Amino acid sequence: MPDPSQYTDRPWMDSDAEPFIKVQSVSKQFGSFTAVDNVDLDIYKGELFSLLGGSGCGKTTLLRMLAGFETPSSGNIFIDGVNMNDVPPYERPVNMMFQSYALFPHMTVENNVAYGLKREGFGKIEIKQRVDDMLAMVELTQFSKRKPHQLSGGQKQRVALARALVKSPKVLLLDEPLAALDKRLREQTQFELMNIQEQLGVTFVVVTHDQEEAMTLSTRIAVMDTGRFMQIGTPTEIYEFPESRLVANFIGNANMFQGRIIENGPDHVVVQSKQPECEIYIDHGLEIQEGHKVWVALRPEKIKISKQAPDEARANQVKGVVHDIAYLGKISIYRVKIDDDTLIEVTSPNLSRPKDGNLAIDWEDEVYLSWEASSSVVLSK
Amino acid sequence: MNNGKKSRFLFTVTCFGLAFLYIPMLMLIVYSFNYSKLVPVWGGFSTRWYGVLFESEEVWRAVTLSLKIATVNACFATILGTLAGLALVRFGQFKGRTLFSGMITAPLVMPEVITGLSLLLLFITLKEFIGWPDKRGFTTITIAHITFSMAYVAVIIQSRLAGMAQDLEEAAQDLGAKPFRVLTDITLPLIAPGMLAGWLLSFTLSLDDLIIASFVSGPGAVTLPMLIYSRVRLGLRPDINALATIIILVVAIGVLLAAWIMLRQQKQRQLELQMSGED
Repeated sequence: MPDPSQYTDRPWMDSDAEPFIKVQSVSKQFGSFTAVDNVDLDIYKGELFSLLGGSGCGKTTLLRMLAGFETPSSGNIFIDGVNMNDVPPYERPVNMMFQSYALFPHMTVENNVAYGLKREGFGKIEIKQRVDDMLAMVELTQFSKRKPHQLSGGQKQRVALARALVKSPKVLLLDEPLAALDKRLREQTQFELMNIQEQLGVTFVVVTHDQEEAMTLSTRIAVMDTGRFMQIGTPTEIYEFPESRLVANFIGNANMFQGRIIENGPDHVVVQSKQPECEIYIDHGLEIQEGHKVWVALRPEKIKISKQAPDEARANQVKGVVHDIAYLGKISIYRVKIDDDTLIEVTSPNLSRPKDGNLAIDWEDEVYLSWEASSSVVLSK
Repeated sequence: MNNGKKSRFLFTVTCFGLAFLYIPMLMLIVYSFNYSKLVPVWGGFSTRWYGVLFESEEVWRAVTLSLKIATVNACFATILGTLAGLALVRFGQFKGRTLFSGMITAPLVMPEVITGLSLLLLFITLKEFIGWPDKRGFTTITIAHITFSMAYVAVIIQSRLAGMAQDLEEAAQDLGAKPFRVLTDITLPLIAPGMLAGWLLSFTLSLDDLIIASFVSGPGAVTLPMLIYSRVRLGLRPDINALATIIILVVAIGVLLAAWIMLRQQKQRQLELQMSGED
């Protein structure tokens, strides 16, 4: 008998767990344009769930439907078991942090944070207490009397977060929470967000176009495109086992080889690729017929680059010439020309320092690329 | 070299421009202190006509009536115009929106003679059928002024709202404010500067209006522009010069005050910006 506690970190694995937010075949049309196209989604309590996609993919529309600013054209949204279709935004147990922060410019920081509590009719003393606690948590106590235009971008972001959290919502919706911050501040704030989420146990739903942000923050990610989910899974699942070329390309970089399955055994598959001319051996079986056309995705960091020829096996290796090198300090990105039309991208950690000003692998060097049988992913979509 | 020539040219043009604008007013002010009863003949410095002006009950009545009309008009026009602006920008695509938006701006381009004439016709017809307004005067002029003033307010509010992102109102809703609360807590405070501008504009438009007021006014109800016009029709009069001088003075003080307040706000904002930059 499975132990129920084994799923506490991964409630989506537990078939008995009741989802906290349930999106049931929801569509949203604006005129003839379909922003969200018949999607289903379960989000569990305490998750930090990311909706990831490019602009116009429908992620913001979906978030706005959760907040109540848009009503679904069809389908139902349940939050904590209650159908939200006829519940106006001001009665929903959710709060939202806006991309623009939407701080009230005519109120002080303190009053911005207190606004939600005042509408709920709490007493003066309790409001003061909760606002002070919240401002202390986001380290803005000494700025409580300032107006929003007297704050820096990072401070505004924290006020917006405090204002959205002070009512202890069941769900916090975050629309591109870090997009307006510079890189350094963004990285720092990512971890703050995660800490706060863990501390308060609130369910977070984050909309973002930044795959790195989604990878760092989330328990699970839904990759969206043209109003549909392309894949839903943990960051690892999405990165290591993408289900389609679109997902593989959207999350990180991937080298794509088109080929045909020439051998399909119970424990291995061999794909014959035309460009580059090579055989790809994969160490697990597939439910695809022999002779089928497929795509093989190979992450740049999973390829070994070397000047020495690997001794045995013919499969999983190609030979090429270094076409370009981008030196990034901790790693280098190599673009290796295999033939006239094929460039393969490889990233490799810079394990040793250059000797006498010579790089270990230099421009125009002849190199061998090789990879493990478990490194590549076969995609049929 | 070339630059010097250019700046002299600019200087001359500026002088001519300013002279063209301000010499007539300057003449008016100078002649208001003329002792002579004949306007173009200088009879020595005197404040005699100011005395005459302040003793004239007719002038005081006209001033009071004009101010009363302007104030009531400004208040109503601001309320109605704000509502119209809100409806146009924040209520989405309701049925008849295009028609409404066209109708609301029509008074801006309608010749005043037409507006005045049609309103007069309306009041006469109304009196015929429901017996109201039984007397044309304060009420009819105020109503007439509201009809065109609110169009200006609506346009001002509309542009202010259109420039204001809707997410502030959504944020308030999200935090539990019902629609009316959102209006009073967020929308109105944010469009207050626009409402103030609209109020002032309506006030000025009403004080300034001669044509429409002449159409819809009745016996005994004379506004200030009507009084000035009717007196000057019989020849230039020194006491009217005195009255005009006072009006110029009041307007000048108002403009200077507004400029001073704006300058101070700007400085304050700059200071605050610097402060936030330091953190």
